[in-house]
Amino acid sequence: MKALRNFLDKVKPSFEEGGKLAMFRSVFEGFESFLFVPDTTAKRGAHIHDCIDSKRVMSMVVIALMPALLFGIYNVGYQHFLVTGQEMEIGSIVAYGLACVLPKIVVSYVVGLGIEFIVAQWKKEEIQEGFLVSGLLIPLIVPANCPLWMLAVATAFAVIFAKEVFGGTGMNIFNVALITRVFLFFAYPTAMSGESVWIGTEGIFGIGGASNVIDSFTGATPLGQVGVAQGVVTPIITNAVGTEISTLDMFIGLIPGSIGETSKIAILIGAVILLFTGIASWKTMISVFVGGALTALLFNQIGTTPIMNLPWYDHILLGGFSFGAVFMATDPVTSARTECGKYVFGFLIGMFAIIIRVLNPGYPEGMMLSILLMNLFAPLIDYFFVQANINRRLKRVKK
Amino acid sequence: MEHFFSLLVRSIFVDNMIFAFFLGMCSYLAVSKNVKTAFGLGIAVTFVLLITLPVNYLLQTKVLGPDCLIEGVDLSFLSFILFIAVIAGITQLVEMVVERFTPSLYASLGIFLPLIAVNCAIMGASLFMLQRITKDPSDTQAIANIGDAFAYALGSGIGWLLAIVGLAAIREKMSYSNVPAPLRGLGITFITVGLMSMAFMCFSGLNI
Repeated sequence: MKALRNFLDKVKPSFEEGGKLAMFRSVFEGFESFLFVPDTTAKRGAHIHDCIDSKRVMSMVVIALMPALLFGIYNVGYQHFLVTGQEMEIGSIVAYGLACVLPKIVVSYVVGLGIEFIVAQWKKEEIQEGFLVSGLLIPLIVPANCPLWMLAVATAFAVIFAKEVFGGTGMNIFNVALITRVFLFFAYPTAMSGESVWIGTEGIFGIGGASNVIDSFTGATPLGQVGVAQGVVTPIITNAVGTEISTLDMFIGLIPGSIGETSKIAILIGAVILLFTGIASWKTMISVFVGGALTALLFNQIGTTPIMNLPWYDHILLGGFSFGAVFMATDPVTSARTECGKYVFGFLIGMFAIIIRVLNPGYPEGMMLSILLMNLFAPLIDYFFVQANINRRLKRVKK
Repeated sequence: MEHFFSLLVRSIFVDNMIFAFFLGMCSYLAVSKNVKTAFGLGIAVTFVLLITLPVNYLLQTKVLGPDCLIEGVDLSFLSFILFIAVIAGITQLVEMVVERFTPSLYASLGIFLPLIAVNCAIMGASLFMLQRITKDPSDTQAIANIGDAFAYALGSGIGWLLAIVGLAAIREKMSYSNVPAPLRGLGITFITVGLMSMAFMCFSGLNI
């Protein structure tokens, strides 16, 4: 630790104004304050001292995402070996999963952080750490077969047009990871939905391979299967090789889906970490689930299509609902900031997610779009609650 | 009744005047600096729509359509000019009411209140209605009677109101953020509206 400090002190002058490497000043500063608490202090004004700063918050969210990421890596490998009908070995499953997921993480971080570094350097500001979380969220919400160049294009679009133009971390109106996902969804629909995108069938870096893909496998996600079903009754949901998926399987998460969203256990661990450290608001999280469950129950009463008859707990367990509720809806920047507003914000997210799922045949999954829609209305919800507070207090004064 | 509600909800979310057709953009961008004024303009637009659309519907079906007034005469070439006249007349009325009862709103809306007369969203709604009258009654978009015209007007108005109030709240929040200098003002607003309509695409193809 000490050696590191000495080394940083030694190279510091060359990064300062007029030094040889002054053009990488912000990069140096970013790394330094990532490793050590900076020693600069504010000289003027009143400041609230707290041991938590945005870097620690971000690191905590990254830790909370780890279970979902690790399970995602395992599940990608598992699904691959399931459809190629090869022997399941834990070693090769993990190796395939890593070969599939790691490049996506690298691409998302390199593109996103690259843009952040360039912009910070250009604006002569410090590097902000917001992308630490977005960069990990992006690989977790794309299908396993998402091509890397698409991921790079979408990440660049989202970082520039949803974040940097609004003034960087903390100023964005829309969640950056969600914009990436929605951009991919609308720009490359064939690569983002359908039956063949969720499970890798080709070998990556010589690991795995499609030597003997079993003849009739359906890679559709459970929600996709329910969405295309005919009649009234909810069909039996199956996995890729035709085995029935029970509610317990949906909870454990060895089902086709985006990389990080399948396992509810992993998401639950993440949720506990976020709530315990007080980073995510329990109000938002709970009301998303309540809103979703109530809407699903309401549709159960109508029940004229298969997806309307899907029970509420399946709605919550399937697709990205839980992942979105825990990691995306609770984003402190883009969600509603008033305490009462958080209930409304969360409730409407849950409600619209189920409405889009049930009523929109084009989109079997509505969670991401629904959160994005409510990001749009979060400032309005805040406005109304602030105005209500002002009016209430004015009344008190006048009495 | 079912068709009434379907038409109402569809015109708020699916066929939103701003996010689906980008109509009425000039006042949308200009008057969305704060929520209060935006709300006032939204109400005014909704009100004008609510009166003009049923009136125009009656005009089209009872007076201008083929064989309506005189046997064998089709006056529908007059519909554009008469629609505009009705809209301008109603706008005058709204302007007088607003000036009389809320002078502060009248002052802050400025030129954009009389400009409702040429707001594309309002003329657009009338013209879309013209298209929808000819549709088969079983079509989800069809406007078959004056009640449907009323529902379509109410829905379009609320959709426009929702869009402008949402943008105004975002812009109020954005006034504290550090937008790059070249993009301040309209530039960032255009980008925001683009992202907003991306979010609204979740309703496209909604099956009600």
